[in-house]
Amino acid sequence: MTTTTSKSPRLGRLTPYLLGLPAIVWLAVFFVVPLVLMLAKALQECNPATGVCTMSWNFASLSDAWSSSSTIIFRSLGYALAATVIDLVLSFPIAYWIAFYAGRRKNFFLMMLLVPFFVSFVIRTVIWKFLLSSDGLIIHTLQNLHLVSSDYQILGTTFAVVAGLAYNFLPFTALPLYVSLERLNPALLEASHDLYAGRITTFRKIVLPLCAPGIFAAFLLTFIPAFGDYVNQQVLGGFTNTMVGTVIQNLFLVSNDFPGGSALSAIVMGISLIGILAYGRLLGSKSIGDFV
Amino acid sequence: MTTENRSSTIRLNRVTKSFGDVTAVDDLSLEIREGEFLSLLGPSGCGKTTTLRMLGGFEEPTSGSIYFGDVDVTHVPPHRRDVNTVFQSYALFPHMSVADNIAFGLRRKGMSKWDAAGTVADMLTLVDLEGRGDRKPTQLSGGQQQRVALARSLVNHPKLLLLDEPMSALDAKLRKTMQIELKRIQTQVGITFLYVTHDQEEAMTMSDRIVVMNHGRIEGSGSPREVYEHPATEFVATFLGASNLLAGTLETATGEFDVTRHAYGSFRSPRHRTPAGLSGSVKVGVRPEKMALQPAGSPVADSDNSLAGTVIVSTFTGVGNQYLVAAPHGEQFVVYAQNSGQAFAPRSGEDVVMTWPVEHTFVVQPSKAVPAEGDSDD
Repeated sequence: MTTTTSKSPRLGRLTPYLLGLPAIVWLAVFFVVPLVLMLAKALQECNPATGVCTMSWNFASLSDAWSSSSTIIFRSLGYALAATVIDLVLSFPIAYWIAFYAGRRKNFFLMMLLVPFFVSFVIRTVIWKFLLSSDGLIIHTLQNLHLVSSDYQILGTTFAVVAGLAYNFLPFTALPLYVSLERLNPALLEASHDLYAGRITTFRKIVLPLCAPGIFAAFLLTFIPAFGDYVNQQVLGGFTNTMVGTVIQNLFLVSNDFPGGSALSAIVMGISLIGILAYGRLLGSKSIGDFV
Repeated sequence: MTTENRSSTIRLNRVTKSFGDVTAVDDLSLEIREGEFLSLLGPSGCGKTTTLRMLGGFEEPTSGSIYFGDVDVTHVPPHRRDVNTVFQSYALFPHMSVADNIAFGLRRKGMSKWDAAGTVADMLTLVDLEGRGDRKPTQLSGGQQQRVALARSLVNHPKLLLLDEPMSALDAKLRKTMQIELKRIQTQVGITFLYVTHDQEEAMTMSDRIVVMNHGRIEGSGSPREVYEHPATEFVATFLGASNLLAGTLETATGEFDVTRHAYGSFRSPRHRTPAGLSGSVKVGVRPEKMALQPAGSPVADSDNSLAGTVIVSTFTGVGNQYLVAAPHGEQFVVYAQNSGQAFAPRSGEDVVMTWPVEHTFVVQPSKAVPAEGDSDD
């Protein structure tokens, strides 16, 4: 090290940038360029017949996309929020238990959380379709027990879509929560009990504030992909619960409306960004970098 | 504060705590008197921390009971006990200011924010941290953090304050200062302190009473002087300071002295320095600083015990000379002579006679386990 810097101080100063070069190139080629292309496409007008596009600075495409899809966007936000809240409630006890009570088998239980991820996202969702279908195992059993009527169904309902989202993104919630709980010194909980705080007060005054960065990370990692997801809605949902991801996919792949799809994508991205910034400001978390 | 002494005594009554096959605390009974500074001293794994945790309510005894006065608190959870703890890692709440940390217990007991602020300010003065209330714990040095942890506990005026090796994270110099500081604060507030440590010097410096533990049992207890001068067992004699011990047989005694016969003859020792009920196989011993060396063959005073040997190592330490002397069969003795200008200073290889007054000779019960000092947790 010292010999390098003494021979060529300039190279020494450049080292961090040289090390970062592959990542910078990667980001430029596969993130920045497509992003700019997408935003540019949103402002172009294309001939559906020939596929030839010309830049016309057509900002109206953005407002058109918003007015035609705002209901669906709000619905998607609602579904993503519901799935995220469900995941937070479900995975907090799981993460807490693994962090404090799993002992030597911590890694085993973390592994169990991830095992479903060895199977493709789409296949997992399709399997849910089998489980939830009207002649599937769950409804059949419920009907045999006379708990639900014979025409009861889950598939196609909002419930099925939100449940699918919650199922598919649970590890994204559980893992950041686990990381933040794992860092929590158990002596702090004992100190809190020692200073006359019961379980609930300890949870409210010690565990929650110290896990805030983890909850923040878990929220973002779950909410954002759930907001843009189209697989769950297409496989498990119906006509009444279309999500914005499905609309974008249709614009690109079915109607060949590239500018419309790009405009809607830009809007979805903008909403996510504004949401993250507002949420980050609200929570005042500076340590999100620790988790993402 | 309480007029009746009985009601404020804390008692452990035949307490046993097992973790699986391991018995950490074995049928232990102990009384902690109001206002005393009591140290639990012992090597790692001796059960001292487990004892502390049972008093704090963090562990429940496998059997036996714990009384605060006449109230059985064996199964009372920590947040309902009038006991506070200074943890080894301090366990300060990192997201709260120093003042909020100290006010935590007061607020849980329902004190208003306003009243708590005044009490916290007084407490910060007591631990010499005026004006630091707004800082976060991580902005303080180790010694300051420790004083915050102390203030956070003391502010609640508990019946009993538990301190779990609180000095272990401090450097040696700061430790000395904090020992004196801690004793001053304890005297000032008058709260009962139970101090857990493996450091015998720390225990000697601060305690009114020391309880020496080993393998989950009490090996000896008393004032630092009593425990040092009248060790009850071989473990206490070697764990607390150094001792020269020789295996022997306690004989039926005559007069005011006990006689222990050993490989080289016999030693006399005062009757009161033999623990009650001891007989047969024993160890007889003396502290190194009570011994003196004289040239081989020189006459020994009638009031002294003596043993011939050869100097193996002679070390000059400035304030004194330390000798390692081997008896004919190989047992080694440490003799410590103060540097008071006396003439006889034998060199390695020289034959000498070790002498010491009969009154400083003691008899202890031999232990099977060899005591080992460690600095990790129990």
